[in-house]
Amino acid sequence: MNTMIANLRKRYHYSWVVLKELVKTDFQLRYQGSFLGIAWSVLKPLMLFCVMYVVFVRFLKFSDGTPTFPLVLLLGISLWNFFAEATSMGLSAITGRGDLLRKVDFPRYIVVVSATIGALISLAINMCVVVIFCIFSGVVHFTWRVFLLPLNFVEYYLLALGVALLLATLNVYFRDIQHIWEVVMQALFYATPIIYPLSMVTGQLGQHYGPIITKAMLLNPAAQIIQDIRHNLIAPDTTQTVWTEFNHVGYALIPIALTLAILTWGISVFRKHSRKFAEVL
Amino acid sequence: MASNIVKDSQQSEQSPVVLSVQHVSKSFKLPTEQATGLKQAVINWTKGIKGYKVQHVLHDISFDVHQGDFFGIVGRNGSGKSTLLKIISGIYTPESGHVDVRGTLVPFIELGVGFNPELTGRENVYLNGALLGFSHDEIDAMYDDIVEFAELEDFMDQKLKNYSSGMQVRLAFSVAIKAQGDILVLDEVLAVGDEAFQRKCDNFFTEIKKNPKKTVILVTHSMESVKKYCNKAILIKDGNIVASGDKNDVADRYTLENLKPTEKHAEKEKDKRTEEYPVGLSKRVPVLRVHPVSSLTPDGTEPFVFDLEYEFNERIPFYFAVSLLDIKRGGIPVDSGSIPLKETGHHSVRCSIPLEMFNNGQFKIIASLRIDPSAESSEETEMIAYTNEENSCLFALRNKRNKDYALLSDRAITMRLLGTDEDHNNS
Repeated sequence: MNTMIANLRKRYHYSWVVLKELVKTDFQLRYQGSFLGIAWSVLKPLMLFCVMYVVFVRFLKFSDGTPTFPLVLLLGISLWNFFAEATSMGLSAITGRGDLLRKVDFPRYIVVVSATIGALISLAINMCVVVIFCIFSGVVHFTWRVFLLPLNFVEYYLLALGVALLLATLNVYFRDIQHIWEVVMQALFYATPIIYPLSMVTGQLGQHYGPIITKAMLLNPAAQIIQDIRHNLIAPDTTQTVWTEFNHVGYALIPIALTLAILTWGISVFRKHSRKFAEVL
Repeated sequence: MASNIVKDSQQSEQSPVVLSVQHVSKSFKLPTEQATGLKQAVINWTKGIKGYKVQHVLHDISFDVHQGDFFGIVGRNGSGKSTLLKIISGIYTPESGHVDVRGTLVPFIELGVGFNPELTGRENVYLNGALLGFSHDEIDAMYDDIVEFAELEDFMDQKLKNYSSGMQVRLAFSVAIKAQGDILVLDEVLAVGDEAFQRKCDNFFTEIKKNPKKTVILVTHSMESVKKYCNKAILIKDGNIVASGDKNDVADRYTLENLKPTEKHAEKEKDKRTEEYPVGLSKRVPVLRVHPVSSLTPDGTEPFVFDLEYEFNERIPFYFAVSLLDIKRGGIPVDSGSIPLKETGHHSVRCSIPLEMFNNGQFKIIASLRIDPSAESSEETEMIAYTNEENSCLFALRNKRNKDYALLSDRAITMRLLGTDEDHNNS
């Protein structure tokens, strides 16, 4: 056992060292030269939240009528931001680091992982803000389900990593991907119940189509995870999740299976092509 | 004593192979036109054009590097030497063949990989170090050395963008050579910094050359650095190894390659003809050899006498040049320049070099045969033949009265105290 750990350490020592330095550098450079510096990683989602709150909750009256909805909205935006950031940064990670890849031999996945970890750090900061809001708002009653959250976050990260690996590889060969992905992300954003409550879908589409569309939307891994986190952290009673909508566990496992499939696919595509990156770039 | 002379090269043959390159080939697909867009792809597809041409960069390259070698890879621009280096470093994968590395290999394809202008010098050292495989603690340990070597103590907390380009290169080079790997791979990085820094690098290379555990692979097109530092070298031309082994042979062959007329056709024919003769000789000059007359281990009290044997049958003015090389310290202590010869045919010339002032060391006498230059050459005379490893003469100067450090002995210095205290008072 000890030798196994030693072997693992030896094998991944270099990757770990490089990963640490790259993440540190990325983070140092992110708000380089800006006046507020790191505060932007908190301020930006808060400002976005304000805009969306005013537009969707105050003017367009998107709400499920619960007092927790503003918090659910804030959480949703923070979570979606992570996914958007991780995938778009991961997408350009390989092409953006061409100078490194052509000159040093190091495991190529490090570049993508470091890009997604940068997004993960932002998410962590945002989650702190969300939790503080939850505590001070007084409308949230935490339950034992909070302990399920780490599982949700792990799944979310793996999903983002899988997509990022896939996109990074594609982007080496087809630079069109970055434009396509922008559009896809916009579509996914509206296809995921972030700014509107899921109950609105049923309300708008009626009893016949409503439940079917709701279920279909929840099969999207991103939607499943975001709803799960909202359910487990803020509103266990009012958030619809894949677990509450489907009676059968088999269906509920589809988004998780999809996540794992995307991750495996991403890793295998990336591994297959990563040896050629230095030459193609 | 005579066995000492050859010991150097034998020693490296006996030490273990640390890098083995076996039958490595590589080719690239180069797009013939902008074939990246959809429009061009469709046009190419309808016309049946492939859109790229295959360029073979390396053909079946094989060589071994032993522990302690200072190994040179020489070649003109575009000969494939950088591609070979990238394959050795693991950045490219060879199409066929394989590369075996024993020990840690630290590649410097370019200095300052990952340097970011927005980071401070200190942060860049850590980032660059990490990419070379050193953890934070390991760099902590060598950080002071690096800064001291780069002579940048006052600037480490400045952003890199505020450095002059010379300072950046100095910092990068310091990280590179302080990095403690078993095998160092360097790509034309010697020409950096001002003169004082050059001298430092020079000392460093001399130092590392003495260390039998360290192996250095140097890619360059500078003949001086090959002659000075390397003990072995290969010459690559159009993706093939055309000369390998002793550095002086390779260096001279390279000089010859550069002098060759540019017409490809003539070049190839010439290649065929020269292959029948040993390296350095040709049909025009079938014999050129240095024969020692004195003992191969002289004590320096008498001049070293040797004969130069040559054969040249063309009725044009021709010259010979003799140089004495210092094997250990590098450099050329004695060079005759071009001396005109009158006798064509097969003859010998007796020469002697006084060794009275020299310290102990290993020396090598090389000779070349030269003719008046063709119109486009800018040099005084043009080399047409030179002595290869076999035909030149290696000898070792040994005497107890001598030291090892400097080239000339302290007998070369005369010292006399100028004035006394009284003189100073008077003036």
